[in-house]
Amino acid sequence: MEANGPRPKHLSIGRIGMYCFIIMCALFFLMPLYVMLVTSFKDMDEIRSGNLLYIPKSLSFYAWPKAWSQACTGFVCEGLKPGLVNSLKITIPSVIVSVSLGAINGYALAFWRFKGAYFFFGLCMFGAFIPYQVMVYPLLKIESALGIYSSLPGIILVHTIFGMPILTLIFRNFYASLPIDLFKAARIDGGNFLKIFFYVIIPMSTPITIVAVILQVTGIWNDFLLGLVFAGRDNQPMTVQLNNIVQVDYGVVEYNVDMAATILTSMIPLAVYFVSGRWFVRGIAAGAIKG
Amino acid sequence: MFLKKNIGAKIALLPMIIISLTVFVGCIIYSFIYSLTNSKLIPVFNYVGFDQYERLFKTRKWDVAVENIFIYGFVFTIGCLVIGFLLAVLIDQKIRAESLFRTIFLYPYAMSFVVTGLVWKWVLNPTFGIEHSMHLWGFTWFELDWLVNRDLAIYAVCIAAVWQGAGFVMILMLAGLRGIDEDIWKSLSIEGVPKWKSYIFVILPMIRPMVITSLVLIAAGVVKVYDLILALTSGGPGYSTTTPAMYVMENFFSRANLGQAFAASIIMFISVVCILAPWAYYEFYFRNREAKA
Repeated sequence: MEANGPRPKHLSIGRIGMYCFIIMCALFFLMPLYVMLVTSFKDMDEIRSGNLLYIPKSLSFYAWPKAWSQACTGFVCEGLKPGLVNSLKITIPSVIVSVSLGAINGYALAFWRFKGAYFFFGLCMFGAFIPYQVMVYPLLKIESALGIYSSLPGIILVHTIFGMPILTLIFRNFYASLPIDLFKAARIDGGNFLKIFFYVIIPMSTPITIVAVILQVTGIWNDFLLGLVFAGRDNQPMTVQLNNIVQVDYGVVEYNVDMAATILTSMIPLAVYFVSGRWFVRGIAAGAIKG
Repeated sequence: MFLKKNIGAKIALLPMIIISLTVFVGCIIYSFIYSLTNSKLIPVFNYVGFDQYERLFKTRKWDVAVENIFIYGFVFTIGCLVIGFLLAVLIDQKIRAESLFRTIFLYPYAMSFVVTGLVWKWVLNPTFGIEHSMHLWGFTWFELDWLVNRDLAIYAVCIAAVWQGAGFVMILMLAGLRGIDEDIWKSLSIEGVPKWKSYIFVILPMIRPMVITSLVLIAAGVVKVYDLILALTSGGPGYSTTTPAMYVMENFFSRANLGQAFAASIIMFISVVCILAPWAYYEFYFRNREAKA
């Protein structure tokens, strides 16, 4: 996604003003991240007396190990460590299952249309806009009936369900933009539903799969509500534990520990974004999310 | 023959069909049916007609929640669209370090709502936050007590949400701007149209599909707002920043008032349908007709 044409050679007053403005915007966007970082390296005395926006006078590493393995959530004091493990256990299978389902749905809808398929696709898309609150309780009932409520499979199923509409949509849009002749040729060569999917379609799906995986990894990692309701006490994801650590009603509030915990929780999605954000942007520019 | 030809696709779409019917449609029907009962701790079928809805509309807390979601929806949507568009236009000016700026504006989108809420709670902390910094710098008149102010707390939520979401809108808009043909720019500059005028009156209508996509994505996020407020204000001070989603969750899980929660969730659902219906109509009916004509 590159700009057209050359960059103007000289700096006019207007362009200087524009740079000033965009730099101010950038500072505003960076400020919370900066504040988080510096706060996590200060000790409580400095936090109370010093300036929020200044760098720490002396580096304090007290907050990080505490946030990682000692901070208390309710009765247990194990820090965020178990939350990280839980979040991984939830995110990895959920992403794999939901992206696979989205891909196969999109493929079936784009190439193997049958009567009524688009009615159900519409119904599925409609699901993207239903507020979670309408579905949370009945879904909880369904999962209890299936015996998977408040368990790992339970939360994975929930993420798969709620990820399905948008994933189906972006895969369908992507596959619909592929040349249909390719598919027809594969049909003439005797490919069936699965063969064409595995040998023709999947090898071409890399760009859209990257967008889908990034969407799902960040979305599932950052989820709070579903993890809170469906994961159960033993599988609480990091976001839920973070909230429990920070919102304690008793004792001294340790802002440096809170901020270290906050950074730890956003580490994975930020890493995913910094490493692969470029492809995400490209994927969107290439029409993953269309008007 | 027809059935046999597509049997693979039909089996493959079975999960989607089952989920759509049982979860998406089934849950709405379930919620609606039980919203007509006086279920408390467990769902029991004890028909009371529309009593729950009547009670809901008489509840002061629900009024506040609805008012908040309107303020939030309006400020957040407009904020994201305006700032997102503005940033996209700035980025589109062939600036230096473009990808750096793009990264800076988009990174908050990778943060969870819980994290966003907690960070802004700290930044806006009236004792140690920005207000304190300004006082230390000698601006003693400076006041930023939004989080403890009943009338302003909801705007603090809006700021945090716009900070988180504007970058994503920027990316969508930028994708639209980059699709504009260079010739259009050339002819606009030959005509001598000022740049800002070109952007607002010529380019903006041209990237309408991207604007609509952004609008729909933002609007779909508005009703879902829950964790952000929970982390930032916990619905307070008092219940001044409570939202319909919070009202529903509270009645489900902490106040054991299922009937009331179902009724409130159905109202949420109906409002979403009302907001989305014009778009869906345009998208699926109007466009099809245009395509045929």
